[in-house]
Amino acid sequence: MSTGHDDQGHDHGHHHHHDHDHDHLHPYDPEHHHPHRADQDDSMTYYRLMEEAVRELMIDKGLVTADDIRAEVEAMDARTPANGALVVARAWTDADFKTRLIASPKEAIAEVGHDIGPMKLIVLENTPEVHNVVVCTLCSCYPRWILGIPPDWYKSRSYRSRVVREPRAVLREFGTEIADNREVRVHDSTADMRYMVLPMRPEGTDSMSEEELAALVHRDSMIGVTEVSV
Amino acid sequence: MARFAVGDRVRVHKQFPPTPPSHIRTPYYVRGHAGIVERICGAFRNPEELAFGRDGAPEIPLYRVRFRQKDLWSDYEGHEDDKIDIEIFEFWLDRAEGSEGETA
Amino acid sequence: MERDFTARGHHDMGGLPAGDIDREEHDYALWEKRVDALMMICTNRLKLMTVDQLRKGIEALPPSAYDDMTYYERWISSVTNTLLERGVFTADELGAKIEEVRARYPDGVMPEGSAGGGC
Repeated sequence: MSTGHDDQGHDHGHHHHHDHDHDHLHPYDPEHHHPHRADQDDSMTYYRLMEEAVRELMIDKGLVTADDIRAEVEAMDARTPANGALVVARAWTDADFKTRLIASPKEAIAEVGHDIGPMKLIVLENTPEVHNVVVCTLCSCYPRWILGIPPDWYKSRSYRSRVVREPRAVLREFGTEIADNREVRVHDSTADMRYMVLPMRPEGTDSMSEEELAALVHRDSMIGVTEVSV
Repeated sequence: MARFAVGDRVRVHKQFPPTPPSHIRTPYYVRGHAGIVERICGAFRNPEELAFGRDGAPEIPLYRVRFRQKDLWSDYEGHEDDKIDIEIFEFWLDRAEGSEGETA
Repeated sequence: MERDFTARGHHDMGGLPAGDIDREEHDYALWEKRVDALMMICTNRLKLMTVDQLRKGIEALPPSAYDDMTYYERWISSVTNTLLERGVFTADELGAKIEEVRARYPDGVMPEGSAGGGC
C-alpha cells in the first residue's frame, strides 16, 4: 500500500485542460498524472462542465428547478459550526438540557432552534476520564445537519487512515495533548449514526454568558481533534 | 428483533467482500476482531442492497461495537483503555466467547 | 497465487500508514455546493438514488482516479453514472449537453463568482 496520498491530492501548480470526447465519462488518464486539484481556480474543468450539464438536464426534464438547487445550497450554507457551538454552550449552562441532549439529541437541538432533519445523532460527552474523536474511515460521514459540510482534512487520506490507529499522534498534530491516564475513544461513523463531541467546559468561564461561551467553541472541538480553551 | 444485547461479546466476520462493485460498511481493520456491544442503534435498511438502488428491506439491527485499540493493533501506542466504537450491522456479527480481552 | 479473502477496497483505509495531515482548508466553490445540493435532492426528495449508490460509484473508481480527483469531482462522477444507469437521461443527451455547456466557455474559464474565492 502506498502511503502519503492525501485525499485532497497535490496541486501540481498548473491547470490541465482535458479535451476529451464527450462520451468518456471518466476522462482520467494515468499517462498524464495531472490531478485536477485546484478547487479554488477558475478553469472550467471536465467535472465542472459535467455538473452544469447534469443540473441543466435535470431542469430540462422537469425533475428540479434552478430555485430548488439554490434553496438547497442556501440551506446547507446556513448549517454552520456556530449552530453546534450554541448547543454546546447551552449544555454547559443548563444541566437538564445536557441530559436531554444526550438522551434525545434531535428534540433538544430543536429547543435551540435547529432542525437536524433525518440525521440520527449521538452526542459524545468528553469527561476528565474520556476524550472522544470522530472520523469516517470509509468516506466522509459527518453531522452535516448541524455542523455543515466537513473540512477538507476530515476527508483526507491522512486523517481517515491514521486517526483510528494513532489517535494520540493525530491529536498532537492538532495541538491537543491527551493525558496518558485519560482514555481516547475514536468513533468511526460507518453506517447510519452521526456524531458530535460535547467538549469539556474550560476552567475560568463561570461568569461567561451562553453567547460568550458559544464563541469559544470551535468546529474542531466538536469533531474532537481539539479541546476548548479560553 | 435484535439478536445481541448491550454488553454481549461479538466477533466481526472475516469474509471476503466482492469489491468492486459491491459495497459494504464494515471496515477491513475490524474484521475478524471481537468487541463488546456498546448500544443498539435501531434497525436500518441494508446498505449492501441500497447500494444497488434496491429498497434495502428488511431493516437490519445496527450495533455500536466497542473494540480495545490494543486488540486491533498489536503495536498500539497509547493508553491501555483506548477504544474504538464503530457501527456494525447484525449479519456481520457472531457471538464470541469470553468477556474481557480478546484474541484476533 | 492465493486470493486474499479479506481484501480491502482502496477507500477502506483505516489503519494504513499515511503522512501528516494537511490542515489547509478551502471555501467550497459554488459548483461544489451545487453538486452537494443535487445529490441531496436526488436522494432525499426525488428518491432517484441512495447515498450507498453514491458511495458504491466512488469506491468503484480506479485507485489512481480516487486519489487524484477532488472530493466533489468524485461525487458528480458517481451521481452522473448512477443517473445514467437509472435512465434519467441517456449518454447521448449528456454528451450533447456537455458540448453545449463547453461552448459557453470558449476561454475555458468559469464565470466570476462561481469558482470559490479565498480560504
